[in-house]
Amino acid sequence: MSQTDFTAAILNPDLPTPAGLKDPQGRPAGKRFDVYRNNVTSSLIAALETGFPVLQKLLGQDSFKTLATLFLRANPPTSRALSQYGDAMPGFLEGFKPLKSLPYLADVARLELAIRASYHAADSAPLDAAGLDPEALMALTPRLAPATQVLTSRFPIFGIWQMNMQPDAPKPWPVAEDVLVTRVNFDPVPHLLPTGGAAFAQALDGETPIAGAIEACMAAAPRADIAAILTLFLGSAALTLSSGKVQ
Amino acid sequence: MYDFVSSSGLPKTAGIGYKPQHFAELRTEPGPVNWLEIHAENYMGDGGRPLAQLRALAEQFPISVHGVGLSIGGEGPLDKDHIARLKHLCDWLNPASFSEHLAWSTHDAHFLNDLLPLPYTEAALARVADHIDEVQNAVGRPMLLENPSTYLAFEESTMDEVTFLTEIAKRTGCGLLLDVNNVFVSCTNQIWDPIDYINKFPHHLVGEIHLGGHDEDEDEHGAPLLIDSHGREVIDPVWVLYAHTIRTGGQKPTLIEWDNDVPEFPVLREEAARADAILTPVEA
Amino acid sequence: MSTQMKSLALMGAVAAALGAVSTTSVSAQEMEKCYGVSLAGENGCAAGPGTTCAGTSTIDYQGNAWTLVPAGTCADIELPDGRHGEAEASLEADGYNGLNRDLPEGLSDDVLAGYRDLDMMMDG
Repeated sequence: MSQTDFTAAILNPDLPTPAGLKDPQGRPAGKRFDVYRNNVTSSLIAALETGFPVLQKLLGQDSFKTLATLFLRANPPTSRALSQYGDAMPGFLEGFKPLKSLPYLADVARLELAIRASYHAADSAPLDAAGLDPEALMALTPRLAPATQVLTSRFPIFGIWQMNMQPDAPKPWPVAEDVLVTRVNFDPVPHLLPTGGAAFAQALDGETPIAGAIEACMAAAPRADIAAILTLFLGSAALTLSSGKVQ
Repeated sequence: MYDFVSSSGLPKTAGIGYKPQHFAELRTEPGPVNWLEIHAENYMGDGGRPLAQLRALAEQFPISVHGVGLSIGGEGPLDKDHIARLKHLCDWLNPASFSEHLAWSTHDAHFLNDLLPLPYTEAALARVADHIDEVQNAVGRPMLLENPSTYLAFEESTMDEVTFLTEIAKRTGCGLLLDVNNVFVSCTNQIWDPIDYINKFPHHLVGEIHLGGHDEDEDEHGAPLLIDSHGREVIDPVWVLYAHTIRTGGQKPTLIEWDNDVPEFPVLREEAARADAILTPVEA
Repeated sequence: MSTQMKSLALMGAVAAALGAVSTTSVSAQEMEKCYGVSLAGENGCAAGPGTTCAGTSTIDYQGNAWTLVPAGTCADIELPDGRHGEAEASLEADGYNGLNRDLPEGLSDDVLAGYRDLDMMMDG
């Protein structure tokens, strides 16, 4: 009996219990093997439920469990850290025909992965703009903090996230929404990114001054609200001036 | 011979498996909880709250790093990146103890997130010993290897579990982590004698003891099938087996494990106090 | 608007942003910040929840199971193109044929029953 056969039977309940596994009386293992099948399946479902709370609310518990079971059999973790499990979920959802009528699910999964990545990202000292005059600020060349994530979507993913995760939040508007995830101290928070905000973020590479990022932003979105974008980025610890990790 | 108990930085008292929801109470009123164990894989991120909590707790408690994803019993080679992550964690944290499981959990690139069983054969013995040599050399510290909870047996096995573990320790110089609940679970499931298991165990190699709760089920023939769920209190028969273990092998650092349906902190404090009472009986 | 006016407006926007952040500057990391919820699944060394059931359930893709009918908050979400993100069942009334639209015509139930593996449910 090889671990290849054992693994295949763990992930495929249609396969018979591998030969050579027995109970103490020498009978075939049967239900005893199912304990391992259950451990793998139920613990990975639980990890996906914890990692994708919005997907679970959108689909309902039973449908999510079905989705999670199909997902984990096709995509067992490749990282030993369960905190990273589910990277393949957006791609899986994009190709998953039974949920084609909900085309935004993949982007919602991307947002949930971005929030998790932000939670575990390296700490960094945020750019503190207090006391700077506008010219000095415009000359700074910050980069996105390690815990900052930018997502663009054709769907109202911020509104969908908010409706499912915050009490009394309104129904989402049927519009495209970009999201900025930032982490002040230890808790990641998604923010609705104003028009042009994604272009502003993408221009900040640690060498481009803020003035240059504003130009890029206005080129992409001539009517961008620069005050709103700067207020969001400076007030949410989205940017850092340091280049390395802080341990 | 390396003395895993006196060389360990873990006190010979009760500790608990760390859960983030207990952070505040551990800081302010840990009670009899003297040390903590973490699962290594939960502290392999780059930063954020998990590492900040661990840094703060390490100032207050001796920490045991307990890996669950190394797949020491795997047929394939060990994952060098994962060993490097373990080394990085152990280097900055400098834990009081480092342990892993006699099990496998990874096949090819896939991690199955369970402690899967292996046959007790000469071939498996050689493979596990090689893997432990590799880990101890790379991480640069001795490790403890834990006896598993098992639910089935392998036709190809040629030796018993205690013999297998003893031989691994002899070949590699590693110590052993004796999970008394796992002894109870495996002995029930395999129809072995738990007292005999404890009596034959090489206690001088034991650097740490685990205690946890299990679930009860039965197989398709109506035979008892215990499952290592860590989701409830340690049951009385396991406390009795633990007391026998301490009488036989001496006082050891003892961990209360509770991983599913984790209770409020005071419940864990009580379990820790119960272990302490057995570890340090009141002098007459 | 002249270039000069644009740049004046821009500086005004920057000054406004600086005014807003100077009163909400990010605090240093303190011990209390360590308290709080954790996100994402954690590794453990216990058996998973339940005993023997979850790992043995087969998911039958025949009949109704060909469509996964979601029962959560997705019914409340309107898509940007004016459609609702509804379950397949309610879309069928509008002529939406769910999965079957991708299947060649003339497949009998017997043939369909053969396609029980996940590949059938995935594009490409």
